Formats: sequence, C-alpha cells, structure tokens
Amino acid sequence: MKLINLLRAVYTLILVLTSMTGFASEQKEAAEGEKFDAKEMIMHHVKDAHAFHLFDWNGVPVSLELPIILYDKGLTIFSSGEFHHDDSGKHIVEKNGNKFVKLHEKIYQLNAGETELKLNAEHHPENASKPYDFSITRNVFMMWVSVVFLLIVFITSARKYKNKNYEKSLGIAAFIEPLILFVRDEIARPMIGEKRYKKYMPYLLTVFFFIWINNIFGLIPILNGANLSGNIAFTMVLATFTFIITTFSGNKNYWKHIFWMPGVPVPMKIFLMPIELIGIFTKPISLMIRLFANITAGHIIILALMSLIFIFKTIAVAPVSVAFSLFITIIEIVVTAIQAYIFTILSALYFGMATEEEHH
Amino acid sequence: MTITGIAAIGAGLAAIGAGVGIGKIGGSAMEAMARQPEMHGKIQSSALILAAFVEAVALFGVVVALLQG
Repeated sequence: MKLINLLRAVYTLILVLTSMTGFASEQKEAAEGEKFDAKEMIMHHVKDAHAFHLFDWNGVPVSLELPIILYDKGLTIFSSGEFHHDDSGKHIVEKNGNKFVKLHEKIYQLNAGETELKLNAEHHPENASKPYDFSITRNVFMMWVSVVFLLIVFITSARKYKNKNYEKSLGIAAFIEPLILFVRDEIARPMIGEKRYKKYMPYLLTVFFFIWINNIFGLIPILNGANLSGNIAFTMVLATFTFIITTFSGNKNYWKHIFWMPGVPVPMKIFLMPIELIGIFTKPISLMIRLFANITAGHIIILALMSLIFIFKTIAVAPVSVAFSLFITIIEIVVTAIQAYIFTILSALYFGMATEEEHH
Repeated sequence: MTITGIAAIGAGLAAIGAGVGIGKIGGSAMEAMARQPEMHGKIQSSALILAAFVEAVALFGVVVALLQG
C-alpha cells in the first residue's frame, strides 16, 4: 500500500507539470525557405550544451550564458556568450593569445598562426586541437540546481523532527516522510534483509531522490535542455557507485557463487565461472543503459511529436501532435518515478545478493 | 536501403520483442492479482522489476539503432 503514497505524490506532480506544458517553448527555427531538420533540433535538445537556451524572442535567441573553463598549459575562463550563439566554428574568441572556436558544442583551440577553422572531408577540424574542457555546461548547472534543491528540502524536513511536538507542524516533511518510508520498507528491507539494510539506506535514498528530481527537471519544458538523467556519463557514474558498493560488500558466499558455484557438477562449475564473471559487469552496465535510454527516448518522443507540426508545415496537425505529446508527457511523469524506483530497487537487489548469508 | 532505414527496422523489431515480453508479464501479473488480491503489492513490484529486465534488452537495441540512425 506504500505504492499508493508514491502514486499520490506522482499525481500531484502531474497536476503541477501539466499546467506548465502550455509554455512548451521548443525553439522552432523554421524560417521561410529553410528546411526544418527534426533530427538536428532533437539532438540539440538531448545533448549537453555550453549555454542554457531558453527561447527565441523576435528571432533573437535568449539564453543563460554559462562559464567556459578550458585547460591547456594554463587555465582559460570566459563566458559562452562571447561565441554569440555561433556553433559552426566561424566566430573566433581570442583569450591570452589563443584563438578558440565552437563547433557542434565542442571547443577547439586553433593552432598557432591560423586565422580560421578549416574542416577536412569528414567535417572534422584540421588545424585545431581540443583543450581539456571543464566548462560549467547546462547539465552541470542543472545538477547543482537539483543538489541545492534537495539540500534545502531535506535539511528543512530533517530540522522539523528536532522539535518535540513535531507531529503538529511537519510542513514539507509530511511529503518527504512517506517517500523515505517507502524506500525503507518496500525497497531496502525486502531486498537486502532486516539485519543489514541500514548500512545501505543513505546510498539508496540519495540515488532515489537524485534520479527522481533530475528526471522531473528534465520534463519542465522551459528547462528542456536539462536532460541530465538522459546523459550517459551521469548514469555511468551512478552505476559505477552501485558496482563499487556491490563489489566491496560482497562476502565469501557471494564470491563462491561466482567462482565455484556450489551444488552443480564440476564441468558445470567451470562453464559457469566466466558467465558469472561477465555478469558482475553487465549488471551495472544494464543499470546505466536502462536509465539513459528510457529518459532520452522519452525526450525524443515528445520532441518528435512536436516537430510533426513543422514537418507537415500545417496548423491542422497541431491539435493531434499537442494532444499526443501531452499524453506522452503524462506517461513520462510516471516513468520518472518508475525509473528512479527501478534503479534503486535493482541496486538494493545487488547489495542483497552480495551480502546474502549461506543457507543450507 | 540505407543504413538509417535498416536502423529504423531494428528499432521496430526491438519494440516487438519488448511488447511481447512486457505483455506476457503484465497479463500474468493481472491474472495473479485477480486470483490473490491480498498479494497485490508484492506482485506489482516484482512485475515492475521483471518488466525492467525485459525492457533493458529492448533498449540495447534502441540504443544501437540510435547510434546508426
């Protein structure tokens, strides 16, 4: 029945988020004579970028410029606004005697003495090198926003419990408490076991709320560039954490089941060993791919339905495509919670497998 | 046929596989819940986990199709 509480929270979010869908402001640069390229528009939204493009106002892009931090025999810091929204490598920014250009959201440093970027037959830069890029991209920016948001929410709700008569004025903690109890009673306890679950609770709660809040931020139309949980590097880091915790908490029984499976004949033990060894790595890899592909696919479907209007170039398609993308958005709001739940419950399952005691 | 076309067919085939798999899980879960309503919560959560496993394989196909397309 704790699932009901989770669903209730999801439903509240549906109400909040769908009221914003009306502002869905995908910049559709379908100027006259220029062919609308749906794939390019979608990929532009799904990938990371150096600036936060909000909307176009009278044909002028309005964006939140983020700092670019480059390292190549010395640190170079400047604002992404200095590229003036150029992404084709034509606009040159000169800093500390080095010339920089931006091509497909990658920063290149022109070799000494060159005045413009030259591309070879495969459209790769010929006369430029890539410095180390530590920029605050929009994904990094959104990650910090979600971290600050989570800190505020959880510190305020933790403070409520210090009060003696806390039951009277729980505030935001009344919303958070059932979710934490859900993670404890429906995920950690049944999957890891009554004795050992407490050690893993901080990680499971962090992962659950971090993934959930980033999934939700990705759905807010005006912040549509923030596809953080649909970024494979982000999901890879989370899956690596699960992998490290599983490997280091593995007990004798766990390793015995991998290298010398008890209860099967010896040829089978030898046959099973490589399979189980590969299994150690495929588990976190499938965690990584699942979250990445689910969230990215959701973004792509919503944007593809919206771009139908511009592909057919008629307003008659608009009601159908808006209705369908609204429908998919609502499904995606449920998916945000389900994916966070699945990542957490599978992590808990792996921890449970690693710490299981031998039973006869 | 271009490689993009083949990639699109591959994505479609992956969707068929996931559809059959998740359909079977969902159908059996519904049947089980109708037989034993008191086990509703447990069946639901294990059905979700199983659906996630089936879906992961299909999503590998989708990712390959995306990289090619």
